[in-house]
Amino acid sequence: MRITQGTFSFLPELSDEQIRRQIEYSLEQGWAVSIEYTDDPHPRNTYWEMFGMPMFDIRDAAGILGELASCRKTFPYHYIKVNAFDATRGRESLRLSFLVNRPPREPGFALVRQEGAGRALRYTTRAYADDRPEGERYSGP
Amino acid sequence: MNATVAEHKRTKTGAERYRAGVLKYAQMGYWQPEYVPASTDVLALFRITPQEGVEPEEAAAAVAGESSTATWTVVWTDRLTACERYRAKAYRVDPVPGSPDQYFAYIAYDLDLFEPGSIVNLTASVIGNVFGFKPLKALRLEDMRLPSAYVKTFAGPPTGIVVERERLDKFGRPLLGATIKPKLGLSGRNYGRVVYEALKGGLDFTKDDENINSQPFMHWRDRFLYCMEAVNRAQAASGEVKGHYLNVTAATMEDMYERAEFARDLGSVIVMIDLVIGYTAIQSMSRWARRNDMILHLHRAGHSTYTRQKSHGVSFRVICKWMRLAGVDHIHAGTVVGKLEGDPNSVQGFYNVLREPHNPVDLQRGVFFEQDWAGLHGVMPVASGGIHAGQMHQLLHYLGEDTILQFGGGTIGHPMGIAAGATANRVALEAMVLARNEGRDIWHEGPDILAAAARECVPLRAALDTWGEVTFNYASTDTPDFVPTPQVA
Repeated sequence: MRITQGTFSFLPELSDEQIRRQIEYSLEQGWAVSIEYTDDPHPRNTYWEMFGMPMFDIRDAAGILGELASCRKTFPYHYIKVNAFDATRGRESLRLSFLVNRPPREPGFALVRQEGAGRALRYTTRAYADDRPEGERYSGP
Repeated sequence: MNATVAEHKRTKTGAERYRAGVLKYAQMGYWQPEYVPASTDVLALFRITPQEGVEPEEAAAAVAGESSTATWTVVWTDRLTACERYRAKAYRVDPVPGSPDQYFAYIAYDLDLFEPGSIVNLTASVIGNVFGFKPLKALRLEDMRLPSAYVKTFAGPPTGIVVERERLDKFGRPLLGATIKPKLGLSGRNYGRVVYEALKGGLDFTKDDENINSQPFMHWRDRFLYCMEAVNRAQAASGEVKGHYLNVTAATMEDMYERAEFARDLGSVIVMIDLVIGYTAIQSMSRWARRNDMILHLHRAGHSTYTRQKSHGVSFRVICKWMRLAGVDHIHAGTVVGKLEGDPNSVQGFYNVLREPHNPVDLQRGVFFEQDWAGLHGVMPVASGGIHAGQMHQLLHYLGEDTILQFGGGTIGHPMGIAAGATANRVALEAMVLARNEGRDIWHEGPDILAAAARECVPLRAALDTWGEVTFNYASTDTPDFVPTPQVA
């Protein structure tokens, strides 16, 4: 399967040039760019690991792409996303968030059903990779 | 009082004012051209069409009177109250450009005329008796200014645009939805199939239609169970949060609460209601949604009976304001390019009223008053009705990012199937957002951007081949009065 979280997951993987243009757009809007990674891509996992703090003070895309290269080198088989944060009053939230790295093989999620009273079901979404501890869940091709 | 003002427009005072009998509304004090509205006044702009022989100032005064304290004759019991304060005041009358028999009447209401936090009380005054008043041929409520002191008595949308995006973990693009079709007749099991295919294919939401409640072909519990199976299957297949607007509209509040609780217990992130349930029921469901961490979707079923004609009724921009106060998270607000009524400027006015923290006066978009929303969350406007992937550049251009684009027929009618239809829409949307962010001129290059994306995506190519040329170019009836109406495409 292919996890389709993020703004551009239905498009072919973005090239570094395409990523740079999205970062430049974000910086032009005055947003702060950050990089996060995880090997727990559950749809409700809000808190991915931060690869450093949001880069409030880096105003050129090259610097951010350098950080991204370093994150990819450290976590080649993790999910990595680029976020753009808007601190404007009333928004104070992400404005853009897209995947820029994913493991070569994505086993996806099992849907666990617990039969309840009547015909009601309780659903649990569980990643097949969750059987292994953090840091050992995804590997190379 | 100014001696040059004609006697029949001058407010009478003292014993002369309270002598038993009938006075003109202007003479009773409802026409006050010198009045300067207080920052805490509720302001209303009405389009009035007086009967022949009725002066516009008197007609405006009558609207002010009948929507506040007046009756048809003088009553001495006014003098037991602070009646000068409680009288609504018509303070300005302007001719409507291009419509010689119509006038814009501005009316100010003291804040104490209204119960805090109650849309039903507000509407019982401003659209209560007055719309049937004989000296007017027609009457339309065009806009309202709701002072911060009043806005702060409402809780507003239970979730709001920002928190909805955070809960769904979806940023940077409009959300995508589809209404299940055919809207009536499917069994629960078949209905859930459509939900599953559409969500798995790439939509964020699917939706019950306004008239799907609990009919012989599909009872509500069946629908909820099958839909939630479909939602959860699609979540596991995509790794994304998905939802289906479960319509909990029913005959009584007790039924609606029962259905909403069942949706919650099944793990749905969203429930849906129809505008026809009424303002009080909407506020009750808003309170319920807030207590239960639910997104509340509102379908505007019924609104065109009173919003569409320019001469009489209530403008949809006023309904937008009331619904933002009443507290819904989504509301259908027009597409510009689809099959339903919607002039581009008017629709952008509705969207701004729903989404922005502050609205300046914007006559071109039909916004007559400055409005500060005083921190109230924004409502996500929903574009639904006759739209397809080939219009993606126009939709993004007109409607912006914080909106839900709902392609019902444009998903389910896809020649390669429902999931392919959903994929086509999602690819078209992501390609358009990517291009816009890269600085490309999507208004002019849109068709090229879609064609390029379609080279990598067979379902999008098929969608463009099927619907690429479909347009709905009809003249709008509800248009702003201050600019020529632009062409859509």
